[in-house]
Amino acid sequence: MTTTTRSTTAVAAISARGLRKSFGEKTVLDGIDLTVPQGTILALLGPNGAGKTTAVHLLTTYLRPDSGEIRIAGQDPASNPQAVRRAIGVTGQFSAVDGYLTGRENLMLMADLHLLPKAVGRRRAGELLERFELTEAGDKPASTYSGGMKRKLDLAMTLVGNPKVIFLDEPTTGLDPRSRRTMWDIIRGLVAAGTTILLTTQYLDEADQLAHRVAVLDGGRIVAEGTPAELKARIPGGHIELAFADRAELDAAATVLAPTGRDDDALTLQLAGDGRVSTLRALLRQLDDASVEVEALTVHTPDLDDVFFALTGKKGA
Amino acid sequence: MSTTTMDDTRSHALVHARIMLRRNLRHMQRYPSLTMMIILMPLVFLLLFVYVFGGTLGSGLGSGMPAGLHGGRAAYADYVAPAIILMAVTAAAQGTAIAVAQDMTEGVIARFRTMAVARSSVLTGHVVGATIQTLIGVVVVTLAAIAVGFRPHANAAEWLAALGVVLLLTFAVTWLCVGLGLSAKSVETASNSPMFLILLPFLGSGFVPTNSLPTAMRWFAEYEPFTPVNETLRGLLTGTKIGDNLVITIAWCVGVAVLSYAWSRRLYEREPKPL
Repeated sequence: MTTTTRSTTAVAAISARGLRKSFGEKTVLDGIDLTVPQGTILALLGPNGAGKTTAVHLLTTYLRPDSGEIRIAGQDPASNPQAVRRAIGVTGQFSAVDGYLTGRENLMLMADLHLLPKAVGRRRAGELLERFELTEAGDKPASTYSGGMKRKLDLAMTLVGNPKVIFLDEPTTGLDPRSRRTMWDIIRGLVAAGTTILLTTQYLDEADQLAHRVAVLDGGRIVAEGTPAELKARIPGGHIELAFADRAELDAAATVLAPTGRDDDALTLQLAGDGRVSTLRALLRQLDDASVEVEALTVHTPDLDDVFFALTGKKGA
Repeated sequence: MSTTTMDDTRSHALVHARIMLRRNLRHMQRYPSLTMMIILMPLVFLLLFVYVFGGTLGSGLGSGMPAGLHGGRAAYADYVAPAIILMAVTAAAQGTAIAVAQDMTEGVIARFRTMAVARSSVLTGHVVGATIQTLIGVVVVTLAAIAVGFRPHANAAEWLAALGVVLLLTFAVTWLCVGLGLSAKSVETASNSPMFLILLPFLGSGFVPTNSLPTAMRWFAEYEPFTPVNETLRGLLTGTKIGDNLVITIAWCVGVAVLSYAWSRRLYEREPKPL
């Protein structure tokens, strides 16, 4: 490792160059590049079969890439997988809990494997059970847990070792809305404390909610990357739609405003809009001044769904 | 920096193996049905062979019998006991294949692969756990055999040597079954593939003297690995002639254990199937 990497302002906690992986004839990842600066969240967004899980498997030493370079917390998994494993925590898509053991025993097992002293491990297990609202179920076998509880226990197990870099493969798939919110809060809390997170998701709003940067994966390639705002900027911007009661009002409005489109049958006008309240207020004042009655007003802001559709030609989740 | 951490992991292998052992023992303790099954099986065979077939088989021991044994059910109990003890070992090994195959389907094993856990510890935990389970089975079966008429006349040294033979065999068949469990595509396969281990003692000198068998079978019986193990154990416990059977036993067991260990490690370390 050279010292030059250290001099850059944002140290990459996760970086990958040209990752490739095939299973037999099937190319699952066809040369992807990823960089996640320390203390940020990258969302790997893509439909089923895009290669998200495989990417996580390669980055977490579970599978070896056919080619490409990976650095996790400055370590190379090809030459020193154990050093990478020491730095990371992984919560996979399928619950990785020991069903025969209780929740507490699962956490203690992790504490033991991290070689924490018994008393520290016991305290940590208790804290995590509480933080994840599992205290009541803590002494029941994990096999009796609901899907959401298993997910939470799974993430709690990942946190026992205080990993600097966390990989979450579809952390909220199959969770009810409330558990999903809880999971989001936990993830935000982790990043606030300086943890770097790479998460995969099929939910566009999840990427929008959580991620500093989003990489859109489709067919084994990264088809777009940027902040959620940057990605939104890449598709036709938002607009405001006004609906009128009759043709006269529509015509009146069309003369005061500068519509980008009009629909005489639906009696609507489209105007360019940036989603800002001040823009909207100015618009309404103009209409008021001209004494034009508006039936309905709709503000359309582009969401990642639109991005996804624009980039992959497929409808998102 | 990276070199010292590698060494750390190596010295942690023992600690990790002990943690995995504790995990396996907890599984056994919490779900004792598999343990029950593998202890019950040799017990059923013991009762079946001593009480159902024993009277007739004992009378037929005749010329093939080592000196000191003279027909009847009591004589047959003495004759068959070592084979039942071997069966306790192989039945437990079959249980190990099932336990390993089942464990590999558990998501937590995938988690261990992305943790700084000594690679060998998962398998070592299984093997040591299985050994403890096997020894419990062997003790239960031996006591049961004594209860139905087995009269071992071994001194302390011979008992110790017999324990050594049992441990050696356990080590060999357990590693073999760990390999079978790892290579099995399903838990069902894992429970079927070690079946030959249950059958082999029957095709040796365990239940009837080999000289009572037809020529081709006798040839097989005299060369298959369970015959020397059986004869060694019988010799140590009841004083029959051991001859070179001890050396052959050690050779078989060490050979199978070493090959199976290497095979199992390779199976475990190969790239896992994508989940």
